[in-house]
Amino acid sequence: MITEIFAWIAAVAIVAGGVFGLLAGIGVLRLPDLYTRMHAASKAGLVGAGLTLVGIAIVAADSSIVLRAILGIVFLALTTPVSAHLLARAAIKAGHVPLNTDTTEKSDS
Amino acid sequence: MSGAEIITWACWIGLGCLSLGLLMTIVRLILGPTLPDRILALDLITVLGLGFVVLVAILTGYYLYVDIAIALGLLGFLSTVAFARYVLKRAEAGR
Repeated sequence: MITEIFAWIAAVAIVAGGVFGLLAGIGVLRLPDLYTRMHAASKAGLVGAGLTLVGIAIVAADSSIVLRAILGIVFLALTTPVSAHLLARAAIKAGHVPLNTDTTEKSDS
Repeated sequence: MSGAEIITWACWIGLGCLSLGLLMTIVRLILGPTLPDRILALDLITVLGLGFVVLVAILTGYYLYVDIAIALGLLGFLSTVAFARYVLKRAEAGR
C-alpha cells in the first residue's frame, strides 16, 4: 500500500517532468523572439529535468541515489540561470534588440 | 496496477513528451534565425537529454546513469558558457 502511494507520487513527478520538457520545446519553437525563447528554455527546461530527478529519487529510495539526485537538482538550478544570463548578455552586446523595444530612447548597454 | 507497472507507464509517457519537446527544439535548431537561437536550442537539447537519461535509468534499473546525467549537465553548462563567450568576443571584434 505504502509502496503504491510512493509509486503514484513518483509517476506524477515523472509525467510532470515530461510535460514541462514538452512545454519548453513548444516555447522554444513558438515564441517570437530570442529573449522570450530563452525564458521558456531556461525555466521550463530546468523544472522538467529537475522533476525527473525527483522521480528517480522517490523510485530508488536509496540514500546514495537520493543524494545524487539532490546534487543534480542543485547543480542544475545553479547553472541554468547563469548560462541563460551569459547568453542574453552576449546577445544584447552583439546587437540583438528585443521585440517591442522603444528605439527612440538611446540605451547604451 | 502494481507500483512497478505505474512507474513503467509514467516513464513511457514522460519519454514520449520529452521526445516531442526534443523534436521541436531540433526544428528551432535548424530554423533558428540567429546564432544565439541555435546556442539556446543546443542548451535545451542537453537539458532534455538529461531528463531522457534519468528516465532510461528508471526504466532499466541501472541507477548508475544518474552520474552520467550530472556529467551531461556539467557539459551543457560549460559548452553554453563557451559559446556565449564566443558570441561576445565576435561582437567586440566586429565593433
